[in-house]
Amino acid sequence: MTAISSYLSAGLKNAGVFSALWLCAHSAFALEWDMREGVTDMSQRIQTLHQLSLGICIVLSIIVFGTIFYTLFAHHRSRRSKAADFHENTLVELIWTVIPILILVGMAIPATSTLIDIEDNSDADLTVLITASQWKWHYHYVEADFGFYSNLSTPQAQIDNLEPKDENYLLEVDKPLVLPTHKKVRFLTTSKDVIHSWWVPDFAVKQDAIPGYINEAWTRVGQSGVYRGQCTELCGKGHAFMPVVVEVKPEAEFDSWIEQQRLAIALASETAVADRNKTWSMAELLPRGEEVFLEHCATCHQPGGLGQAGRYPALAGSPITTGAIEKHIDRVMNGKADTEMQAWAPQLSDLDLAAVMTYERNAWGNNTADLIQPLTVYLTR
Amino acid sequence: MSTHAEIETTRRHPLLAFLARWLLTTNHKEIGTLYLWLSFTLFFIAGALAMLIRLELFQPGIQFTEPNFYNQLVTLHGLVMVFGAVMPAFVGLANWMIPLMIGAPDMALPRLNNFSFWILPFAFALLLSSPFIEGGAPNFGWTFYAPLSTTYGPPSTDFFIFGVHLMGISSVLGSINIIVTVFNLRAPGMTLMKMPLFVWTWLITAFLLIMVMPVLAGLVTMMLTDRHFGTSFFSASGGGDPVLFQHIFWFFGHPEVYIMILPSFGIASEIIPTFARKKLFGYHSMVYATASIAFLSFIVWGHHMFTTGMPLFGELFFMYATMLIAVPTGVKVFNWVATMWRGSITLETPMLFAVGFVVLFSIGGFSGLMLALVPADFQYHDTFFVVAHFHYVLYPGAIFGTMAAVYYWLPKWTGHMYDERLGKLHFWSALIAVNLTFFPMHFSGLAGMPRRIVDYSLQFADFNMVSSIGAGMLGLTQVLFLYIVIKTIRGGEKASDQVWEGAEGLEWTVPSPAPLHTFETPPLFQQRDQADNEGGVPI
Repeated sequence: MTAISSYLSAGLKNAGVFSALWLCAHSAFALEWDMREGVTDMSQRIQTLHQLSLGICIVLSIIVFGTIFYTLFAHHRSRRSKAADFHENTLVELIWTVIPILILVGMAIPATSTLIDIEDNSDADLTVLITASQWKWHYHYVEADFGFYSNLSTPQAQIDNLEPKDENYLLEVDKPLVLPTHKKVRFLTTSKDVIHSWWVPDFAVKQDAIPGYINEAWTRVGQSGVYRGQCTELCGKGHAFMPVVVEVKPEAEFDSWIEQQRLAIALASETAVADRNKTWSMAELLPRGEEVFLEHCATCHQPGGLGQAGRYPALAGSPITTGAIEKHIDRVMNGKADTEMQAWAPQLSDLDLAAVMTYERNAWGNNTADLIQPLTVYLTR
Repeated sequence: MSTHAEIETTRRHPLLAFLARWLLTTNHKEIGTLYLWLSFTLFFIAGALAMLIRLELFQPGIQFTEPNFYNQLVTLHGLVMVFGAVMPAFVGLANWMIPLMIGAPDMALPRLNNFSFWILPFAFALLLSSPFIEGGAPNFGWTFYAPLSTTYGPPSTDFFIFGVHLMGISSVLGSINIIVTVFNLRAPGMTLMKMPLFVWTWLITAFLLIMVMPVLAGLVTMMLTDRHFGTSFFSASGGGDPVLFQHIFWFFGHPEVYIMILPSFGIASEIIPTFARKKLFGYHSMVYATASIAFLSFIVWGHHMFTTGMPLFGELFFMYATMLIAVPTGVKVFNWVATMWRGSITLETPMLFAVGFVVLFSIGGFSGLMLALVPADFQYHDTFFVVAHFHYVLYPGAIFGTMAAVYYWLPKWTGHMYDERLGKLHFWSALIAVNLTFFPMHFSGLAGMPRRIVDYSLQFADFNMVSSIGAGMLGLTQVLFLYIVIKTIRGGEKASDQVWEGAEGLEWTVPSPAPLHTFETPPLFQQRDQADNEGGVPI
């Protein structure tokens, strides 16, 4: 009851926002209702196959349903007081067994040839290892040997209906996967926790990311642009919030992007060195820690640090955040096996890790006054 | 029967008498009634969960749930509808009608029958108590894929596991009872190939249940030991295999979807001849088609798993096997059409629901055929297109089938005719609402909306709003159904024994309402043409 009434009151409050949004949504999107053609040879072949099977189904529906409606009308008791007396006919039954088989063969042939080509993963120009975890994607360029996480970038306020939603609501990330045009790109998918599924409709690539498995798929994109998709396998509470965004660039631009990334990584490691050689004060670490907490930890542990009973432990007053520092560092950096608490060491910098733990030890009444320096984190790695 | 003594001794205490009657009953009609009311109750509970889902999806943004609660709604809606609404409804119909249709005095194993019903309230008490446990209800979807349901499952997963165990025991015992009854208690003269089709489809369904429910029980037991006893059947880090889970689940799950549709095929095959006033076309091919569908249902499970990295050979095998199901299914649809063809048709409510079933189930069949094509499935899989597909086979399939059966046999059960005007209103409003709810889901799926998401991007907003409005209507139409059923129980025009002018079968030879005990001496079964030739009593 309270849920429904709060829903209604929130609805009334936001009615203005919604109606503005509504007009926006209508003007921004032509109503999409069919499978999209996409931008790869495969996606187009699949769309043709879809059209073919849909067409066959529509024609068959018209025939079968047409016959049903005709007989309901023409053979209604008001027109025929006495029913005919036939109840079998071997020839007719044979015909309507054989004709469907022929139609099915007609559908199976193009489906088979398309499928054989889809499953040809050979001769890739570039390989990307896609590692899923709750609820983000990690992309690793195998040849160039670097990688990064890709997180949802839609602000929580938009999800909570406090701000108007922008055009790519829930389909936007902080760092998209970048690919070159005209190259055969091989995707290897796997997962660190539960099963996820990586889908870009415009490429017609949907591949499950399964812990313990490495699955293969590939694409070759003809035109540059930004393509958006989503996780399609229920993977927990963040399932709706792990979009896939792929930016496809001409080859030259892609190469220079790779170079930039390498430079950025080098720069970041220099910054990291500087960060860990500096001694940070509480005043510097707390705001940064709060920021990191809200971005990465608050989904489960909640902004107030109270967690959710039975699922996500509270951090306020917890033995981890108020007890021995080593245990706290270990839990945050290495996670807890077989739970949604993942290892953060590979995901965050020394400074961010130090900041968030300092924050956790000093927020919500956890007044330990402990200060964790990036250097300590670095030495634990 | 055995309860007579108890009823005698408790006559002075109405409440005790009432409890004793319903707790201890071994009468197939009373147990059938219990099953039907349990199913009706759970149908409304699971339906209410669906209303909450559609309310959340009415607009983009998070409205009143939070994501984890939404996942719990989706999971419980699926589980309760499948195991609580559809399956017990069919078992209830089987209990009521199979003995009446084959001329048996009761089910062959009456005490077992009582036991298999009374397990169910406990099973659902376990499952439905899970939202109130710390950590909330199961939140991994009705397919409960590992490791989301094992290492990552909430504490209430164990309630779910034991609930499923109980439901499985109930289903297996119920099925054994049906098989034994059909094989042993048919009236003299009723050979297997003269049985009504409803009995045939249920016989085949019972075999499916006996074969797959133990598989499900094994699966949840493996989950249980993975969760608590250190095994790693499904955990990759312990050398187990999360995909093995899916193979086992769908080896149960695909026959399960036929368990939820075959009895409806039987119901349509009873109702359509009655209101077309013409014998069922192709009785033999109907039986063979049902058996073929049941066989094929065991070799197509992989079509739920095309994106798990299945090898090419596996994909081709499961694609061809799945496409093959269209052939016997087509035969059934064509036979129903041929039954109506040149009949003398009237459109009372049961017939409306039966024809609605044939048409809308066919739409679900067509989208099933599209889903079988592996390359296209890569685009459809786990989107709302799939949600549209299985709701078309389940709502207008299983549920319209059940409603057709209820309208068809309600006069026999209660002795009263239902209100035809309200029945028709129920049908037409349900027809409109079903399509308004589920048809737009094809479009949102094709446009790229994944299933089981609590919030969606803006281009899916229009279709979702239409679906939600449709769902609200659909919920209301079922309240009307409840009203009609209660009104019929409480009174109404007296039903004749024959009830429907065109109906054939032993169930129409007993009085309306059917007395507690029927066919205490077996009737001689003769079909109408046979009776005419041999001068016997036509039945």
